[in-house]
Amino acid sequence: MNYHVIVDVTLRKGIADPEGSTIERALPALGFTGVTNVHAGKSFRFDVEAESEDAALEKATALSNRLLSNPVIEDASARIGERS
Amino acid sequence: MSRIGVVVFPGSNCEYDAAAAVTRLGDQAEFVWHTRTDLDGIDGVILPGGFAHGDYLRPGALARFSPVMGAVERFAAAGGPVLGICNGFQVLVEAGLLPGALQKNRGLTFLCQPTTVVVSSTSSVLTRSATIGQELVVPINHFSGSYTCDDETHDELVSNGQIVLRYKENPNGSRDDIAGVANKAGNVVGLMPHPERAMTSLLGSADGVALFESFLGLKAPQPALAH
Repeated sequence: MNYHVIVDVTLRKGIADPEGSTIERALPALGFTGVTNVHAGKSFRFDVEAESEDAALEKATALSNRLLSNPVIEDASARIGERS
Repeated sequence: MSRIGVVVFPGSNCEYDAAAAVTRLGDQAEFVWHTRTDLDGIDGVILPGGFAHGDYLRPGALARFSPVMGAVERFAAAGGPVLGICNGFQVLVEAGLLPGALQKNRGLTFLCQPTTVVVSSTSSVLTRSATIGQELVVPINHFSGSYTCDDETHDELVSNGQIVLRYKENPNGSRDDIAGVANKAGNVVGLMPHPERAMTSLLGSADGVALFESFLGLKAPQPALAH
């Protein structure tokens, strides 16, 4: 089976997120008030050939930890998604 | 005379400056293309600055998988002197040869300016000829140079004397003003500032000479430096 996988890479808790905080500070100037806790990250989408959803996610998680994220500062989470 | 291998990745752009710094002090520099899998006859390795593999994904993230990095890992494990400058530092942390990580600068701007760094440890191949507290003017030129690590790693860095250089005035928000770190043995060092661009007062500073003099003249493999 061919599965579409979405991987979100975000900074680990406690790691400074200057992009997120800059965006958060910019929002009130544009009239968007009440928006807090902004975090910036990366998203990856790809197709994985695997026998099951679990096997596809396992492969995606492995490659995310090896290449897509730097585990020293980032967390990666993989999920099955719709093709865009 | 030492033979220093200067690793060249696609996108490296400081390899000629690094080689010029080496030859200026009387040693030999040899470019090592990133597909090479041996470092035979090399006494020390420099990973120069630039944008290896376009800095895609994260700086150093793809370069760490270049074939030459297996040879660099073996060279480092045998005690050989390895120096990563700027992008080379980013490659070394991605490869796990140095602890921690380099994040985007706190101010989210590319920084290109002279900085003053202070020598905080002399138990590394880059600072063994320097003195603690010595101030050096060396330029920085980076976007992702903010050094970070967890508390446990930081405690280890401090207690082992692995923090080699600190900024006098922190330009990028790095943890504990860190500008450069070494591995525990002291033979692998990475720093964000560019000592190869501070080799003559004609161009603003000759303070990089002290660092290169430390690094050169070492023979590999050699036993780990004493602390």
